[in-house]
This record gives sequence, C-alpha cells and structure tokens, in this order.
Amino acid sequence: MTIKGKAYIAGIYEHPTRHAPDKSTSQLHAEVAKGAIEDAGLTKADIDGYFCAGDAPGGLMPMADYLGLDMKKLRHIDSTDTGGCSYLIHLGHAAEAIAAGKCSIALVTLAGKPRTGPMPPRAAGPEADFETAYGQTTHNAYGMCAMRHMHDYGTTSEQLAWIKVAASHHAQYNPHAMLKEVVTVEDVLNSPMISDPLHRMDCCVVTDGGGAMIVTTPEIAKSLKKPLVRLIGHGEATKGPRGGKDLDLTYSAGIFSGPRAFEEAGVTPKDMKYASIYDSFTITVLMQLEDLGFCKKGEGGKFVADGNLISGTGKLPFNTDGGGLCSNHPVNRGGMTKILEAVRQLRGEAHPKVQVKNCDLAIAHGTGGLLGNRHAASTCILERV
Amino acid sequence: MADKKYPAPVGNPETAPFWEAAKAGKFMIKRCTACGEPHYFPRSICPFCFSDKTVWEESSGEATIYTFSLMRKSPTGPYAIAYVTLKEGPSLQTNIVDCDMDKLKIGQKVKVVFKPTEGAPLPFFTPA
Repeated sequence: MTIKGKAYIAGIYEHPTRHAPDKSTSQLHAEVAKGAIEDAGLTKADIDGYFCAGDAPGGLMPMADYLGLDMKKLRHIDSTDTGGCSYLIHLGHAAEAIAAGKCSIALVTLAGKPRTGPMPPRAAGPEADFETAYGQTTHNAYGMCAMRHMHDYGTTSEQLAWIKVAASHHAQYNPHAMLKEVVTVEDVLNSPMISDPLHRMDCCVVTDGGGAMIVTTPEIAKSLKKPLVRLIGHGEATKGPRGGKDLDLTYSAGIFSGPRAFEEAGVTPKDMKYASIYDSFTITVLMQLEDLGFCKKGEGGKFVADGNLISGTGKLPFNTDGGGLCSNHPVNRGGMTKILEAVRQLRGEAHPKVQVKNCDLAIAHGTGGLLGNRHAASTCILERV
Repeated sequence: MADKKYPAPVGNPETAPFWEAAKAGKFMIKRCTACGEPHYFPRSICPFCFSDKTVWEESSGEATIYTFSLMRKSPTGPYAIAYVTLKEGPSLQTNIVDCDMDKLKIGQKVKVVFKPTEGAPLPFFTPA
C-alpha cells in the first residue's frame, strides 16, 4: 500500500492578514476554508473530510459545527495535533483516507491570533514537574540546539544569518509579507541577542492569520480547473529525550520522516526543484536540510552560506514567500504555509521574481514542538502532473 | 536572583518518592534492573526495555554541561537554561545557577543544588 499519487491538492488559500484584532479565530478559520474551497472551484457542500489541530477553538467538533459542514456528508475527521507540522501530517493522513475510500474531498484549516494576544497554554505532559521550572521557551530550546551544533560542527552565526538573508530576498516580492526589507548578514549579527546564540533576526515573525487547503482524489482534481499537484510521498516521526539516554540535539525527527517520504516518492533530495522548509528559527532550517539529506550532517552551515537558498541564484530555492522568518507564521504554526508556497511553485503561481523554472518536484517539510526537546516532523513530496 | 520563585512540583503517585528524597537533599534517578539502563525523569516502567523492574537510585549529582542558552531578558531576569549529562548517564534539562553566565562552556563540570519552592525543592545545577 502507498499513498503515492492518490491525493491531489486542489485548493489553497493563505489569509492576507498578519494582524487581525478585529476578527475572531473561528472567523479566520471560516475565511481560509472559504478561500480554499473557492480556489478549488468547489462548494462547502462537497466537503466530506475535515482536518484541524489545536488552533481550532474548542477543537474539531465545535469547528465543524461552526463552519456548517454537512453532517450527513462529513465522514472522515482527524484532529491530529503535532504543533506546527500538524498540517503536513493532515495532508498525509488525508491522502491515506482518500486512498482507503474514507473521504473524497478533505478540508484542512489553520488560523489564530498570537500577535493580538497570548495563546492558551498547552496541557501538561508527564515531564511537567521536571522541566516547567527551568523556563524553557521556543527561543532558548532552539538556542540550545544551535549552541551544540556550533560546538560539534563549527557552524557559525554568519552561516545561520544567510538563511534569514535568503528569506528576506524572497519576502521583498510578497506584498503580504510582514517584513519586506532585504537584510544583510551584518544586519542579522547586529540585531539584539535573544537567547545565545540566536539573534532577533534568527527568529521568525509572530503573526495572526491562517491558511487552508483542499485535498481530493485524482478524478475530482482532474475535473477541476487548477494545475494538478499531487502528493507522492509522506513521512512523519517524533523525537524526544526519551529518559535522557544518548541526548543529541543536533538532529531532529526529520532524520526519520524525510527518508520515509523520499522512499515512498521514489525520488531523492537532489531531484527537488524547490524546498519549503520550516523556519521557526534559522537553526531549524539548517538542521532540517541536513536531516533531509540535502547535505551531510554538520555541513549545513556551508550549504546555506553565500545565497545558496536564494531563488534564481542558489542551488536550492527555499521559502520563496519569505517564509516564517519574514512573511507569515500564523498561530506560531508554520506547516500550512509551507505546503501553500510549495503548491504555488508547482502551479507556477509564485511571484515571477522567485518562481522556479520548470518546477515539477518540491518538498514541504515541517516540525512541531521544540527541536530542543519533544517534537514531531513531517515531510511531504509534491509533484506537478 | 536569590529570591526568584520557582513553582512547587505537583507530584503524583509515580514520582512521589523523588520529591520525598529531594526534601532530604537527595537527587534520585531510576534504574531498570532488567536491562540495567538508568533514566530520568523517573518512570515506573523502563522507557528502554519496558520492564516494570525499575528501582530508585541516588545520583552522584555530578554532571557536565551538554548544551546551554542564555535567555537575555525575561520577566524574572536573565537565566541560563541547559541540558546536563549525569555521571550515571542520563541527560536532563535544568538551569545553571549561582554562576557567571557568560563564562559557561559546553563540557563544564557542574553539580546538583536544590532550590526551595512552597512544596518540595527543585534540582538545579551549579559549576562544580
């Protein structure tokens, strides 16, 4: 059994807002759902599968009801929550459901407003008494990864800065990007230190907003008007300290999810024309590129330097919408926007200044949770038909 | 930072002996008598071989810094978060306290020190 080629992404929508104090989170979910359904050329009455994660107010049941999804028709639901990579996992799970005949038109939504106000705390895990007091945040959890990566492999702040520089080169062409200014390596190094060794410009933006997609069968996708983009490989994985044995923060669960996706797709990292790589921090990108096999472990710094990730200049154009580092990181969960820009590239709908020529194979990869602690990863290989 | 307040552990039946020992100044880990592996934080079933033959063991409290990051600003002031690797093997998350943060280095030797809460004290590490 495989999901290779059995599910197509027929509709996509990224909310243009980056700050929405005048809207409710549920409203944003509805707006992105409407956008994706209309992009596909379908109607809400067609939806028979629904996927959402922890950002949906009250969870899946209230959201399915609020959206008014047809209860007689909705026959597959999935509220898998693995933080920022939930939506990449939803894509894989939607393909599984479609391949098994459990649904034919699945809607996936993400939305929320962390820029307007703080997000609700997550439920405590069994580790809470043994970790909560130490003040772990996203910044210092990723800072600890970067610190150890530098120690083990000689990675430098200059190399990490190149990732932000590349993202900013792309963001200048995105009218919706939160940060449109092109920055230099020096700008990144001169920005305030937040949590050693990560500077402010090593960190992603905090934005309100959201995104949605429609996943469907090959037959239905071919009956619609959009360019055909299909999923040909998917992988998911988790990693954590696991009792503290052999702790190694220089790699992520991507080291497991990546090969699973590439093997299913029957392609290799070298075949990728475009890469959407989760960029919560610059170190996130560097570690993922290594873990996915775009370069050897420890050589990520060299790989990303000197503009190698800039579309038109570098060998691996990445996050051509400006990514989470410059454009959008809705609900502090970047997995959805990773898929959306990959689909734009495959459709040929990216901004002309960053559109990759003959883009027929792309990867969308993300992580959720904290790379410096318990986290998940998901890899999707997408193909233009 | 002497008056920094830390949350009291909530505790549960599985971890109660850890916090009781902490009150007596002892830092405990768990070891599996089936596979021999130590682990932290403590579980009743070994996370490696899944045996229920796990026993409490007092750690030496001696460790080395695996990695760290200096949080430059926070509502409670700057602090150093770290993972340290115990002499017995397991690595754990902690703060390095009572130190010059800017002099911390990966590989540096540290030792356990308990800080009070309104309940059981919490383990931290400080340069040895």
